This record gives sequence, C-alpha cells and structure tokens, in this order.
Amino acid sequence: MTSNADEYEQQNVHEVYQHIAQHFSATRYKPWPIVEQYLQELPAGAVGLDVGCGNGKNLMVNRNVFIIASDRSENLAQIARQHQPHTAVVADILHLPHRDAQFDFAICIAVVHHLSTPERRVQAIAEIIRTVRPGSGTQPGGTVLIYAWALEQKHSRRGWDKGDQQDIMVPWVRKTPSAPNGTQTFNRYYHLFEEGELERDIEKAGGQVVTSGYEKDNWWAIATPKTSP
Amino acid sequence: MKVITANFVTCAVKECKTSPASFPLHFHDAELEMQELDFQPEFIRNVIPRIDWEALRVTANELGFPTLPESKPEAGALNDEQTLKDLHRILLETQVMEGKLVCGNCSHEYTIKEGIANFLLPSHLV
Repeated sequence: MTSNADEYEQQNVHEVYQHIAQHFSATRYKPWPIVEQYLQELPAGAVGLDVGCGNGKNLMVNRNVFIIASDRSENLAQIARQHQPHTAVVADILHLPHRDAQFDFAICIAVVHHLSTPERRVQAIAEIIRTVRPGSGTQPGGTVLIYAWALEQKHSRRGWDKGDQQDIMVPWVRKTPSAPNGTQTFNRYYHLFEEGELERDIEKAGGQVVTSGYEKDNWWAIATPKTSP
Repeated sequence: MKVITANFVTCAVKECKTSPASFPLHFHDAELEMQELDFQPEFIRNVIPRIDWEALRVTANELGFPTLPESKPEAGALNDEQTLKDLHRILLETQVMEGKLVCGNCSHEYTIKEGIANFLLPSHLV
C-alpha cells in the first residue's frame, strides 16, 4: 500500500470534496445520457452499486432497481441518501464493503480519475468488478459502467488534448464574499485518461470490455468480469 | 441507513470477505427511526429474490422485529399485500440513525452517524 498516495488523495481529493460538497452538488443535477440509458435499461429488481456517487444525481434515473451508493465524502453521501428507494454509505473505492460476485451492475462515474497512481486506478476498477457476478453458461454476467475524464477534449473550455500532461490539478472556484478577492479556490487532483487507457486498465483489472466510447469529454466503458475460457 | 442496506454490505477488510462470519454485520446500540416512504409493491416483489433471507432474519432479530418466517416468501406469498407491506416497512422505512455495525470475524466496528454508515478503515487495517 502506498501510504504517500493515500495521503496525497486525502488532501487533494477527499478534503476538497468535503469542502465543496454543497456547491458541487448544486451544479451537478443531470445524469449524462449514456449513464441514464444504462440505468434505464436495467431489469426491474436489479441490485447494484454506484461507487463514488457524489450527490446521487444518478440515483434519480430508475426507481425500479435498488442501488447501494457510496462516496468517500460524508457530506456528499448525506445528500445522496435522500434519493429513494436507494441507500447511501461512506466507503473507499479501494476497500468496498461488499461481498464478491453479488451484484447485477455497478456504475462508477467520474471517480477513477481521482486516483493518483496507475496501480491504484487498476486496483479500484478490480475492486468494482469483483463485486459483480460473473457470467455462467446460461446467464450473462453483471456489468459495470465506468467513466473517466478524457485527455482528448480540445473543444472543451479546458482545451486539453493528446500530448498534454495527464496528471494535473484542476481548480474549483467558489464565490466567497468573506475571502479577500471574493472567491476561494480548491485544487483537485485528476489523471486525464488517454484514448484506450480505460480499456487497458479494465483488462488489467480482470474485466472484459463489452462496449466503450466517448461522451462529454469523458471516456466510458461497459465491462463484465472475465470468465476463464 | 435503511435496514435493507445490511443485506448488501459486509466488512471492508479484505481478509474478512472469505469468512462466513463477516456477513451479515451485526447491529449494536441501534437507534431506529421510521421514515414513511411510498409503498411500491412491485419493487419489493422484484427485490425479494435478491435478498439473503437468512441474513435478513438475523438483522431483523437484532433490531427487535418480530421473527420473520423461516423461508423467503415466494410465488403466491409475493402477491399478499400484507407480506409486502411488512417487508416494505422493515427493509425501506426503518432507518438506523445511530449505532454500530460489527464484523463477526475481525470485530471491527463501523459507526453509523446521522443515518450514514461509515466503512472507511483505519490505516492499520488497510
């Protein structure tokens, strides 16, 4: 376990989200189209996870499935908890409090890009895949939907593109009348995924990519636990 | 934390996951609160097959509910409105607001505060 990376993320990711939870939540209210479609297409009664649920905006899509949402930030989990009929807990993506092979699905939207080493990103994905039931001869396996911020986003307001630095600090600016210049800035750590990187990490984590693509400046992939041939 | 949650969580310590003693986690000093929620019979009917019934019986017993039937309601019993309402009440409407969830394998205690269970591990358990 790299305790340096642990502390680094504590300071540059977890504490920031604790501070900006309210404002962050107020600006995040609409699920992304592919996330919405993925959740809507789940069969009624499916049970799954939303790892790094944030304010729980994706918990509003489908009331016929049951989602155990989790976040590192207690403040965000507390907001997410209000979406029925689901439930929310505080947990760490690297140590999820769930049994193996139990769930029909899992989503992890805009989370793995906050882990600061390649090993930890793969470990995080492996931890999610572990919780989903593998396929058997007659039944397809459960699936996971993962999103991560893309390096290739030259048309976004950030303007990054292929060849740019992948490990960066991104400022979150909040209006704070009491602060000297009227704003307060929090920097969050991000790893920007290059094309193909998410798929490679999923394979390393013991997953098999079913489909993948690009949406709203993010790379996404749907994967299932790899079964031995 | 809704009672149903206990059916889908276990100890966050990796080594405990292979031990049957780690599931379900055990409630200690639980303070309950009822929160009225829309009754969706379809939801209960669909989710019951995914419930580990033995574990739910243990949980319900620890929280002081009347003993649940020995076997999981199936087929016809899932059309019985009273059965579904009872389960709706236990699984979704009963919130554990304060207390602890304790692992039967490693004895680690997870705190529940303001309705949220916290599964973050102290550094010596990571």
